[in-house]
Amino acid sequence: MLLIGFTVVGWLVLTAVVYLIALGILSVVVENRRKATDRLVRGLVTVAFLLALIPLVSTLATVIAQGASQISWSYITSVGASTFDPNTLTVTQTPGALQAIVGTLIITGIAALISVPIGLFTSIYLVEYALPKQWLARTVTFLVDVMTGIPSIVAGLFAFSLFSIIVGPKAFSGFSASVALSVLMIPTVVRACEEMLRLVPGDLREASLALGVSKFATIVKIVLPTAIAGLITGIMLAVARIIGETAPIFLAASFTDNFNANPFEGPMQTLPVLAYTGYAFPGKDIAASNASAWGAALLLVILVVILNLIARIVAKIFAPKGMR
Amino acid sequence: MSKRIEVNDLNVYYSDFLAVEGVSITIEPRTVTAFIGPSGCGKSTFLRTLNRMHEVIPGAHVKGEVLIDGNNLYDPGVDPVLVRRQVGMVFQRANPFPTMSIRDNVLAGLKLNNRRLSKADGDDLVEKGLRGANLWNEVKDRLSLPGGGLSGGQQQRLCIARAITVSPDVLLMDEPCSALDPISTLAIEDLITELKEDYTIVIVTHNMQQASRVSDRTAFFNIAGTGKPGKLIEYNDTTSIFGSPTMKETEDYVSGRFG
Ligand SMILES: Nc1ncnc2c1ncn2[C@@H]1O[C@H](COP(=O)(O)OP(=O)(O)OP(=O)(O)O)[C@@H](O)[C@H]1O
Ligand SMILES: [Mg+2]
Repeated sequence: MLLIGFTVVGWLVLTAVVYLIALGILSVVVENRRKATDRLVRGLVTVAFLLALIPLVSTLATVIAQGASQISWSYITSVGASTFDPNTLTVTQTPGALQAIVGTLIITGIAALISVPIGLFTSIYLVEYALPKQWLARTVTFLVDVMTGIPSIVAGLFAFSLFSIIVGPKAFSGFSASVALSVLMIPTVVRACEEMLRLVPGDLREASLALGVSKFATIVKIVLPTAIAGLITGIMLAVARIIGETAPIFLAASFTDNFNANPFEGPMQTLPVLAYTGYAFPGKDIAASNASAWGAALLLVILVVILNLIARIVAKIFAPKGMR
Repeated sequence: MSKRIEVNDLNVYYSDFLAVEGVSITIEPRTVTAFIGPSGCGKSTFLRTLNRMHEVIPGAHVKGEVLIDGNNLYDPGVDPVLVRRQVGMVFQRANPFPTMSIRDNVLAGLKLNNRRLSKADGDDLVEKGLRGANLWNEVKDRLSLPGGGLSGGQQQRLCIARAITVSPDVLLMDEPCSALDPISTLAIEDLITELKEDYTIVIVTHNMQQASRVSDRTAFFNIAGTGKPGKLIEYNDTTSIFGSPTMKETEDYVSGRFG
């Protein structure tokens, strides 16, 4: 009776448990205790892994199912708009995400342009120049740790109020959103690059210095090239991490249906914000707005996947060859 | 070109810790000098002061003089980067640059210092360096492959080729054979004997046979106990150090009655 009302998932879990127990008992009987424990733990770990996969797979499936129908060439290449027809008195919404794609690329691009140099140089300072116990290095590390924990909405508020002071009211701009994202991105870049630079064996630095190469040239020509694959992967992952930020962009760049490619003036649309507004502030045609939101979500996922792929390919290309 | 090294009363520190105390030694050009002694007595530490690699470690510094052909390495006006071009070094663990091909590894010292090289000059230097390190025949067909793909012994000889291609006057080697098989070890020992024609060579080794095979003179370092500084105990012709040492400590060490 208990089994009635079980869903597919319930059945799967039950089967897994039964299978594990049966396997364990059988193994004790046929093999021995040690092998039985090994099989049991192996099974448990596999189940845990599958459980962890469920939310990921189901999110992806939902996004694809809902968004796929929305995505078309015209959705990607046209600016979304609602037009009012005075004859029929109806509003027709033409779906389009071009303004959001461009906005996301510009805002994230500028954020990366700001964060990568700052983050990379900070990590180079920490790894190559700072003495281990120096107060400045410890302060920087501490601040980076604190920055890692800043809630993204705070970064958005910070950027918005900063630009309100500079530009006055209506300070919405793509650039201020980029600044907000940089606040979130810099600590990730510092951490990732620091880790990668520390992985470069000290032997190589010594080998280079012992050849009469200056410290600066050693860093630029030996340390960075050796770490380049990891550095690029880390940076790409940091970009992928901020590209989906919604709250800070919503605060700092607001949202708009207009096409705006100028990061220094006026609100800018982005994919995560398009997804958000599609549900939070739908147009007259609610269904169309919601569909557009799913489309934006899917585009965002695709962008992140592309970034990850690029990171992997680049890492493959630059990875030091012939290392044992 | 090879040069004479003269060390006067050198104390070597890691921050406050005195690691090596009061070393005075004169190393003649075109000789091989071996440093021997128990682990932790400061052989590597002292060796690294001869090309100012010691100070790369945070807090590490020295007191005293190291003269190469009469010029003090530790004069305030001396650039350590230039010192290291004069005094090359080979490390215990082979460390070819993993991002570079075999060819680029050999030329690394020049390329990293932005020396412009024509293709032909580069080829000549690579061949000369690799022949000098007895590696040419083994790798001449795969110069463009990564240096990390060679065997351990080949990698170590690649590092020697890299070190001699910047044409230093002195070559320091810190246990260059400790990770190698007997055959690679012999290859490198032969190489050291050949290199002696052109360079002043200082080699640290734990292998007494090796010291007696390759070196003209031997310096024995010892340490009184942990936390105490290492000291130069005896420095003499290799045959005397192993045949008729004057100090009891040396005799105990070379005859294996140490400790
Ligand atoms: N980076 C360092 N920081 C602080 N102390 C160090 C450092 N490197 C070595 N020492 C200390 O200096 C002393 C001499 O060490 P060194 O490495 O020169 O010995 P060694 O004679 O080369 O020994 P081995 O034969 O094992 O290589 C040791 O007491 C060691 O603990
Ligand atoms: Mg040593």
